[in-house]
Amino acid sequence: MGETTARLKDKASPPLPSWPDDIYRILKEAGVKQVAMVPDAGHSRLIRAFDADPETRLVTLTTEEEGVAMLAGAWLGGQRGVLLLQSSGVGNCINMLSLPAICHMPLLMLVTMRGDWGEFNPWQIPMGQGTQASLEAMGVIVTRADTPDDVAPTVWGAANLAFNTWRPAAVLIGQRVLGAKNFKELARK
Amino acid sequence: MTSPNALLHRREVVNELLRDRGDILVIAGLGAPNWDVSAAGDHANNFPLWGAMGAASMMGLGLALAQPKRKVLVITGDGEMLMSIGSLATIAVEKPSNLTIAVLDNERFGETGMQKTHTASGADLAGMALAAGIRTSHTVRTMEQVSEIRDLVHQGKGPVFALVKINPEALVFTLPPADGVILTTRFRQSVLGDEALYN
Repeated sequence: MGETTARLKDKASPPLPSWPDDIYRILKEAGVKQVAMVPDAGHSRLIRAFDADPETRLVTLTTEEEGVAMLAGAWLGGQRGVLLLQSSGVGNCINMLSLPAICHMPLLMLVTMRGDWGEFNPWQIPMGQGTQASLEAMGVIVTRADTPDDVAPTVWGAANLAFNTWRPAAVLIGQRVLGAKNFKELARK
Repeated sequence: MTSPNALLHRREVVNELLRDRGDILVIAGLGAPNWDVSAAGDHANNFPLWGAMGAASMMGLGLALAQPKRKVLVITGDGEMLMSIGSLATIAVEKPSNLTIAVLDNERFGETGMQKTHTASGADLAGMALAAGIRTSHTVRTMEQVSEIRDLVHQGKGPVFALVKINPEALVFTLPPADGVILTTRFRQSVLGDEALYN
């Protein structure tokens, strides 16, 4: 009986999203060798893929601006990288973004959004709503993906922009793609 | 022979760290460490920072990972290192054997009026590096010890952290090129060859 329940549950659960695998493929094709990140649930599948990849170095940061500096160093040494972060971490990066801006270095940032579509936690709102404006104020070219199908082409476009024109570029992956958490529901369980 | 109680002079320290530098790659933190490294001789293999305070140690990590066959030396100040103190834990986890971080500790924010930093009140950066997991971490008070750190840079058994206690003297600035594109391009061209110009 337990088995039947498990199978029913399996049937009921939606298929795993494929966009994290698309991002992985695009970043590999772009020649990314260093992956710097502060974890976010929205990036967990992509982080696992890089963790299992012996050709890329996955570096966990204590704060996101470390990644901006690290990838500038990587570029000086001839390697391409990506910074994976949550929108709240964009705020930590602001002054450090001077570095790729003034040096014309590529920087690819993939930002999973909070404080966005369906947010339940009021504390996420200020930085979430300020994310795009903050990045643009620092000269980062920002594009957004708000449907699963839009993620791959948007990341591909930003990667090309960053690595071919030597500029900082960020992709904001909206909460509509990631699914909004509901802690109130979790608290009831 | 240096008296063990006399504080070291920063330009002498940097000249010794860079003696017979070979093909080492150098990141200099903003402010006086930038001017010190430049006073020792402007070089294509230097990346002297003019801003982005807190960047030096992590730039060193990214560069060391990208160029595992080259030795990377970060020379920065106590204020700059304090701003990115968490990076010591990140570097300890990654264990880049080709990275040395030398902090010139004058216990002051030198560019802004010589206000005291936390190290003036006892914050021990060498102890913090050790506690973060960087096993080779030294406090340096004599030129003999500076020479030992200079040799460690070239040995590649890092990561190495060195806290060099220096005199809070204000010296004449020696400025490298200020433009970020010039600094980036000449560094990449030197390390990667002309290919760097074509992407």
